[in-house]
Amino acid sequence: MKVVTAVIKPFKLDEVKAALLACGIHGMTVTEVRGFGRQRGHTEVYRGAEYQIDFVPKIRVEVVVSDADADTIAATIVDVGRTGTIGDGKVWITPAEAIYRIRTGEAGEDAL
Amino acid sequence: MPELDTGATAWVLTSAALVLFMTPGLALFYGGMVRSKNVLAMLMQNVFAMGIVTVLWVLVGYSLAFGDAGNGGWLGNLDFLGLKDLANTSSGAIPALAFVAFQLTFAVITPALITGAIADRMRWAAWVWFIGLWSLLVYLPVAHWVFAGGWLAHRGALDFAGGTVVHINAGAGALALVLLLGRRRGWPQEAMPPHSLPLTLLGTGILWFGWFGFNAGSALAADHVAATAFVNTFVAAAAAMLGWLVVERVRSGHATTLGAASGAVAGLVAITPCAGFVGSLAALAIGAVAGAVCFLAIQLKYRFGYDDALDVVAVHLVGGIIGSILLGVFADATVNPAGTDGVLFGGGFGLLGEQVLAVVAVFAFSFAVSGLLGVALRAVLPGGIRVSAEDEAGGLDLTQHAETGYAFELVAGGHR
Repeated sequence: MKVVTAVIKPFKLDEVKAALLACGIHGMTVTEVRGFGRQRGHTEVYRGAEYQIDFVPKIRVEVVVSDADADTIAATIVDVGRTGTIGDGKVWITPAEAIYRIRTGEAGEDAL
Repeated sequence: MPELDTGATAWVLTSAALVLFMTPGLALFYGGMVRSKNVLAMLMQNVFAMGIVTVLWVLVGYSLAFGDAGNGGWLGNLDFLGLKDLANTSSGAIPALAFVAFQLTFAVITPALITGAIADRMRWAAWVWFIGLWSLLVYLPVAHWVFAGGWLAHRGALDFAGGTVVHINAGAGALALVLLLGRRRGWPQEAMPPHSLPLTLLGTGILWFGWFGFNAGSALAADHVAATAFVNTFVAAAAAMLGWLVVERVRSGHATTLGAASGAVAGLVAITPCAGFVGSLAALAIGAVAGAVCFLAIQLKYRFGYDDALDVVAVHLVGGIIGSILLGVFADATVNPAGTDGVLFGGGFGLLGEQVLAVVAVFAFSFAVSGLLGVALRAVLPGGIRVSAEDEAGGLDLTQHAETGYAFELVAGGHR
């Protein structure tokens, strides 16, 4: 089992979701997060005072998949999530030792 | 007893309600501008004014402000303690108690204005003492000088609805208290952005709405002067919004929501002393000047290093000074025969001189007494006037009031 984690631009979520569903995934978990990479933050102005806001809003997508599907899923996110401008985000793959479905107690790929 | 004017009575009672509504409006205006961990503390400091000032007003406040009226004095007397003997008496053509209620709402909002400057760091208990004593020691004397025919009014200074009594008075007190409290930790390097500008905009709308009672109600009649004050209030706020936005766009690149709100309030402040004494075009000019200058005045706090958190000095002190001084220029006795002509209308420099004197006198008195009061409270109160570094970091809502402004979590994790 693998966990594919992606941090993407918030407005790309719907496209990424549709593309991953088309790849055959059964579920995903989405979290609103803040952070920065090379893009760094943005500027806000209040009554003439400029503030550099370092952490920009992003969406973190997590999908648990079989070992065989992990690279395809990651490549799909890279493909669909790309705008070509700075701040598009990252995708990484980590191993998951075991997985269980709580309702049935199924384990492994049956639980996906 | 002179016959009651029912129209005037209805309008003044309505205006009192309008002006009272400004205090929760101000609370939202300020509350949106602080960080979310301090929103309740800001609302509370404002709303509390409606409680404590009202009680003090009934017991001693009205009497000390409006006793011995019309004699050019420095303070009222004790004739009306507990609003004694006022029921069923008249104040001009309206019931005395209508005047009591109307003036009370001014006494409520004036110290509430100070909360914007001291945001995020004053101990609650210290604020309770400060607002009560400030109302007695600072507001009541100045209200007597200007609104009750005291020495400034006798000299000929004009203040239609409180440019000196309300705005310069509160602004000077705010400046003194800010200097004593010191800066918020992290200011000005750390960003402390407004947590909810929609709240601030809602507050702006309530303030603008209530300000019609503040200014047009100050005619104490339902007449031509009231309508003049109403229109001038409208016009000045609009012009000031545009004035602020133009300068803001040029200086910092964007016309902002907070700028539109702040500009409107700056215009409302500046027109307050002038509302029933000037023509519509003068109101336009006064508003435009106030919008532009108050925006620029915000830079003063960075230049001199005082942390006036939500710009009470730049908006209320500077706006109040602009209005009070420009009244000496734009006052027009054809608009209101009870007024005087300013420089532009052939009145010479007499009125302008009195306006400058009133500005200086109210600023000096409020700044000095507010400062002394702050120093005394800092020395006497066991916890001082400022919260600990830990409480400041944790936020005033939780540390001062044991509450949370926004509880959106699905899981609270608490139990009893």
